[in-house]
Amino acid sequence: MNIHEYQAKTLFEKYGVPVPKGAAAKTAEEFATALASLPEGPTMVKSQIHAGGRGKGTFTDGYKGGVKFCKTKADALEIAGKMLGNTLVTIQTGPAGRKVQTVYFTVASDIKKEYYLAVLLDRASSRPVIVASTEGGVEIEKVAHETPEKITKVLIDPAYGVADFQLRQLIAALELTGNEAKNAAKLIKNLYTMFWETDAAMVEVNPLITTPTGDVLALDAKVSFDSNALYRHPEIVALRDLNEEDPKEIEASKYDLAYIALDGNIACLVNGAGLAMSTMDIIKHYGGNPANFLDVGGGASKEKVIAAFKIILGDANVKGIFVNIFGGIMDCNVIAEGIVEAVKEVGLKLPLVVRLEGNNVAKGKETLAASGLALVSGDTMADAAQKIVKLVA
Amino acid sequence: MSILITPQTKILVQGITGAFGAKHAQLSLDYGTQLVAGVTPGKGGQFFEHAGHKVPIFNSVHEAAATTGATVSVIFVPPPFAGDAILECVDAGLDLAVCITEGIPIKDMIRVKRAITGKKTRLIGPNCPGLVTPGTGENSNGGCRIGIAPGYIHKKGHVGVVSRSGTLTYEAVFQITSKGLGQSTSVGIGGDPVNGTSHLDVIKLFNEDPDTKGIILIGEIGGSAEVEAARWIKDHCKKPVAGFIAGATAPAGRRMGHAGAIVGGAEDTAAAKIAVFQECGIEVAATPTDMADALLRAAAKKGVSLA
Repeated sequence: MNIHEYQAKTLFEKYGVPVPKGAAAKTAEEFATALASLPEGPTMVKSQIHAGGRGKGTFTDGYKGGVKFCKTKADALEIAGKMLGNTLVTIQTGPAGRKVQTVYFTVASDIKKEYYLAVLLDRASSRPVIVASTEGGVEIEKVAHETPEKITKVLIDPAYGVADFQLRQLIAALELTGNEAKNAAKLIKNLYTMFWETDAAMVEVNPLITTPTGDVLALDAKVSFDSNALYRHPEIVALRDLNEEDPKEIEASKYDLAYIALDGNIACLVNGAGLAMSTMDIIKHYGGNPANFLDVGGGASKEKVIAAFKIILGDANVKGIFVNIFGGIMDCNVIAEGIVEAVKEVGLKLPLVVRLEGNNVAKGKETLAASGLALVSGDTMADAAQKIVKLVA
Repeated sequence: MSILITPQTKILVQGITGAFGAKHAQLSLDYGTQLVAGVTPGKGGQFFEHAGHKVPIFNSVHEAAATTGATVSVIFVPPPFAGDAILECVDAGLDLAVCITEGIPIKDMIRVKRAITGKKTRLIGPNCPGLVTPGTGENSNGGCRIGIAPGYIHKKGHVGVVSRSGTLTYEAVFQITSKGLGQSTSVGIGGDPVNGTSHLDVIKLFNEDPDTKGIILIGEIGGSAEVEAARWIKDHCKKPVAGFIAGATAPAGRRMGHAGAIVGGAEDTAAAKIAVFQECGIEVAATPTDMADALLRAAAKKGVSLA
């Protein structure tokens, strides 16, 4: 689960990670109150959406820049009005962009130098890793590719936490001394504590900055949480912003269906995550374009299949459907009955190719054939994929 | 032979009284697996009864293992308690703990993994279908079925299967069986980012197993476990290996059902992993339908019979 920058910074403050003073506003009426809480002078105005590249983004009405520097609070007030309610397109949003529903004002900090800092999971060692670099404010992937020696990674023993000698390693890598070193060490330790205690999946600060007065501040904040651990963090669940999620994905999650919308036109309904991914792949392999990822899970019931059909048909781009089920334990006939019922209920007009394999498959195929529905049967995944691609083309 | 488990292996089930655990305990008993004990704290002294089987239930893994001689546990307990269940197996000194549970917090698994490092017990999973060593009976009955895989699609034979995905494992197993060949053992290592046993761990076991003549390696986007396995195969494995990677069309940064199936950078995409497979002499299956055929091609190139 992702949260907004302003929410992440509130968490940062709670854990003792210094950030520039800021205030968020969700309506134009709230702008004045938010700005009143900040001192007079240079102010940043930041569009709050769950996507990176905001600064270089463009709004759909042509206005450029989702993050702006303003010399005065009066300017900030005017700029905020251009962002709120407007739709911002960045390299991460896709062409549709995201509507800005919250604007965040912060004091514009004097920047001495920019750094990069993150805490995440290192999968190879199964441990948390702190990543630091002297190259901040740019894409870290670019730094990793061009100057990997400028990135330092320190693995943390989960039984102990961050050791002091590791903080010294990180500070040395960031080439900090004196007060800056002291402040940065404290910040890193607190950031790790936040990562660990909140069950975060990733905490990224880019840039982390030093100021001419020796302060170390998190100028930006990107935080995501482990969905599996949300049950023990109601305070974080409360930060979820449904506006940032695809309505079809929200609907799917109500039925415990794993659904992800894509931009193709062949909808998929599959059991199992690996099979669902490779169903998308095989559609592409034969020249088609998948409209979604959809895993109905191992214990798919009739109700789930019906809900799944409704969700994939809610996507206006869909021109055909590919059902791919390997019923290991699951009875193929139960799935077949679910498909027949779902199709009758939703009144399907699109081509449908069904590939059933596994437990009680003969009976399942019989049920489909006896239903009188205009569906096409596929023997293997490859056969079925070619059929749906042809029908949609 | 086989790897990790044989038809004689005695297993216990943690969470045998829950609906999911009970259903799969029944299927394992039907398959002929030596399922000798159940564990549910507070229900010790009761019995799990199914089709003439009367399986004793114990309060602890210690007690169950000491009384029945079980050496392997399969875990069906809910996510908040699953980490604890794994640690209990390790404390009881079992050979193997297989955790089926999906949805365990990553932090719990980071701590569990740290705690079990260097211990005798091997962990497979979590979020996995388990493993099957097929038997010689009809529909491969008489084998050892641990977890949730369908037993009947297996056939005793000489192909080793290792995979992060349940249904793709079944696809591969089914194809092998349909071609008249069979499996030594099929192992689902699970779709979570922190797991107990890696592709490479299983590949090493298959490489040493005289009964395994060929290997199918199934992976997906996210992490570098398949790449690590492929590089080892290039240097150390003489057996034919076929590989498949799911997720070529997955958008970056999105979790595709499995908690671990997420593209983080340029190196953990399907294309990058497939390129490494090719470079390491692994025969790549273009689609899931091609997995068994890919292994047959790899075997033919090496002049190896998989029968």
